[in-house]
Amino acid sequence: MHQDSIIRDPLLLGKKTYHQITEDVARPVEGKANKYWWLMLTIAVCAWMWGIGCITYTVGRGIGTWGLNRTIDWGWDITNFVWWIGIGHAGTLISAVLCLFRQRWRLTINRSAEAMTIFAVMCAALFPVLHMGRPWLAYFVFPLPNQFGSLWVNFNSPLLWDVFAISTYFSVSVVFWYLGLIPDFAMIRDRAKRIGNKVRYYCYRVLSFGWSGRAKDWQRFEEVSLVLAGICTPLVFSVHSIVSSDFATGVVRGWHSTVYPPYFVAGAIFSGMAMVLTLVIVGRKVLNLEEYITIQHIDTMNKVMLTMGSVVGIAYFAEFFMAWYSGDPNESFIYLSWNNAKGPYGWAFWALIICNNTLPQIMWSKRMRRNLYVTFIMSIIVNIGMWFERFDIIVTDLYRDYIPSDWTYYSPTFVEVGIFIGTIGMFFTFFLIFARVFPFIAQAELKTTLKATGDLFHNPPRKIAANGQGEGVAAHSSAHAH
Amino acid sequence: MSHTYVHALYNDDDRLKDGAKKVREMGHSITEVFSPFPVHGIDKIMGLKRTRISICCFIYGCTGFSLAFWMIWYMLIHDWPVDIGGKPNFTWYHNIPSWIPVLFESTVLCAAHGMAITFLLRSWILPGVSPKNPDPRTTDDHFLMVMPAYSDDEANHLIEAAKSTGAVEVKTVHE
Repeated sequence: MHQDSIIRDPLLLGKKTYHQITEDVARPVEGKANKYWWLMLTIAVCAWMWGIGCITYTVGRGIGTWGLNRTIDWGWDITNFVWWIGIGHAGTLISAVLCLFRQRWRLTINRSAEAMTIFAVMCAALFPVLHMGRPWLAYFVFPLPNQFGSLWVNFNSPLLWDVFAISTYFSVSVVFWYLGLIPDFAMIRDRAKRIGNKVRYYCYRVLSFGWSGRAKDWQRFEEVSLVLAGICTPLVFSVHSIVSSDFATGVVRGWHSTVYPPYFVAGAIFSGMAMVLTLVIVGRKVLNLEEYITIQHIDTMNKVMLTMGSVVGIAYFAEFFMAWYSGDPNESFIYLSWNNAKGPYGWAFWALIICNNTLPQIMWSKRMRRNLYVTFIMSIIVNIGMWFERFDIIVTDLYRDYIPSDWTYYSPTFVEVGIFIGTIGMFFTFFLIFARVFPFIAQAELKTTLKATGDLFHNPPRKIAANGQGEGVAAHSSAHAH
Repeated sequence: MSHTYVHALYNDDDRLKDGAKKVREMGHSITEVFSPFPVHGIDKIMGLKRTRISICCFIYGCTGFSLAFWMIWYMLIHDWPVDIGGKPNFTWYHNIPSWIPVLFESTVLCAAHGMAITFLLRSWILPGVSPKNPDPRTTDDHFLMVMPAYSDDEANHLIEAAKSTGAVEVKTVHE
C-alpha cells in the first residue's frame, strides 16, 4: 500500500520521521532571519521602490517617457508581461499537472513554485495596465454596464481574452495555494500553542481558518485539491495560448503563425522551470532543506527544462520551415533573408540562440544536471534567453513592417528598465517574506508519502544480486511487517 | 447533559487504521479522527459517505459557462452588435469559436471559486473560527480517534481495543 518502486531513489533523505518533517518545515518560520536575508530584502525593496518611482513618472507624464514609437509600439512592456506570465506557469505545472501525473517528487517544491506563480502573475499584471495611455481608465476592459449607451468590450479580441484568462489564472492559483497552506498554518498554530507564543498563535489561528484535521475535512480537502489540479491544468495551457494569441491573431508578419500557442506554452514551462530552479537551489541551502529538495529533484527538474527547451527549439525550426514552405514573401523577409541574424537586432537574435538553444544542451549530461553550480548558472541563462525570445518576437517582427519609411530602431528609456527592475524587486520582496512567514514545503501532503519515498522506510537496492532480488528488499519488507 | 468519549492517541497511521477497524468490527462508532495529514482509507473505515463536492464543482462550472454565454450573446449580438473587421456579428453560432476562451475561463472561474467556497462553508473553515482538535499534537505527528462510550463497560472495551492496536495514550473525557 505504501510502496513506491524498489529501484527508485528515495525522495526524502535523512531518515525523517513525521515529527522531523514538522520541525524542519517550521524552523524557518519560527526562527529568526539572518543578516543575508535582511540584506537581500533591503536590495529587493530598494529595487521595488525605484520601480514605483518609474511607474509614477510613467502614469504622471505618459507613455512618452518610454522609448516606444509608432512602428514599435510594443517593446519592453509587453516583453516583460509575457516573460513574467511565462515564469508563472511552471508553478501551476508542478502543483497541478504533476499531481495528475502522480509524480510524488513535486511535493517538496510545489508550495514555493505556486508562490512564485502568484508573485510572477502580480508582476505581469502591472504591464498591460501601465502600457495603456490612460491607466486610470483600466476598468474599461471589464464588461460593466456604463453611460456610453453601454459600450461593451470586444469578446472577439485576444486582448480581452487576456483579461479573463489572467484574472482567472491569478485568482484560481491563489485559491489553490491558500487551501493547501491551511493545514500547514494549523501545524504552526498548534506548535505556537504548545510553546505558549501568543502572538504567533493568534496570527496563525486566523490564517489557518480554524483547521482541525478532521477526517471529513481531509476527505473534502483531497477531493478539492484533485479537482482544482484538474481545473488548473487546462488553465495553464489556455492562459499562455491566449497570451500567444495576442500575437498570433494579428497580421504582423512573423507573428501570424499557428505554432505560437504550443510554442509559448512550452517556452513558459521552460522559463518557469528555470526560475523555480534558481529559487529552490538558493532556498534549499539557506533554509536547510537539502534532504527534502534533493539532487534527484534538481536532476528531474533539469530534465523537464531540457525537454521543454527542445520543444522550443523545434518550434523555432517550425517557424523557419513554414516561412520557406509557405512561400510567403513576407515571412521569407523575416526568416529566410537572415534579417534577424544580421540586422540591427542581430545581437538580440544571437543572445537568444546561444542562451536558449546552444547552452542548455549541456543538460543532456547527467553530471551537469546534478551539479548545483552549473544548474544555477544555466537557470539564469535560460531566463535571460527566454526574455530575449519575447523581445525578439515583439521587437524584431515590428521594427521592419510593410512600409520601409517606417523602419526604425527601438531603445528602452531608463523608465522602462526601471519598471522592469521594480518588478524583479517586488517579486523577490514577496518571495523572501514568503520564505520566512509561510511554510516553504507542503508538509502535510509530504507526510502522506513518507512511508513510500522516505529513506527510513524505503531502501532501493544499489545493485541487483544474482537471484534477481535487490539488497534493499529485505529492509523494505521488514519496515512494513505488521 | 454530559457525554463520555474515549480519546485514543496513535503515533502511526497504519496502527490508527488497525484500531479504527477493530473498533468498527466490535460494533462501536467513531465520532471523529484528527490527523496531521489525510490517512487513506480512514473515511471508509469510519463509514463516512463520499463527498459530493466535485458534483457541486461541475454544477458551478455549468453555471459559469451559461452565465458567460448569455453575457456575451447579450452584449455582442443583442444589445450593441459592432462591425469588427467585417466579421459576422448577428448570429451567435458564427462567433462561438472566438468566444471559446472567455467561455472556458468563466467556466473555470466559477467552478474553482464555487467549489472552494462550498468546501470552506461545509467544513466551517473560515477566518476567526476556533480549531476543534483537542490535542495540538494532531497537526504534528499524532492521530486522535474519538469514540463515544454510552456505558462504563463500553468505555473499557474501547480502551482495551485502542491499547491492543498500539495507541500510545488512551483516556476518557467527559463533555
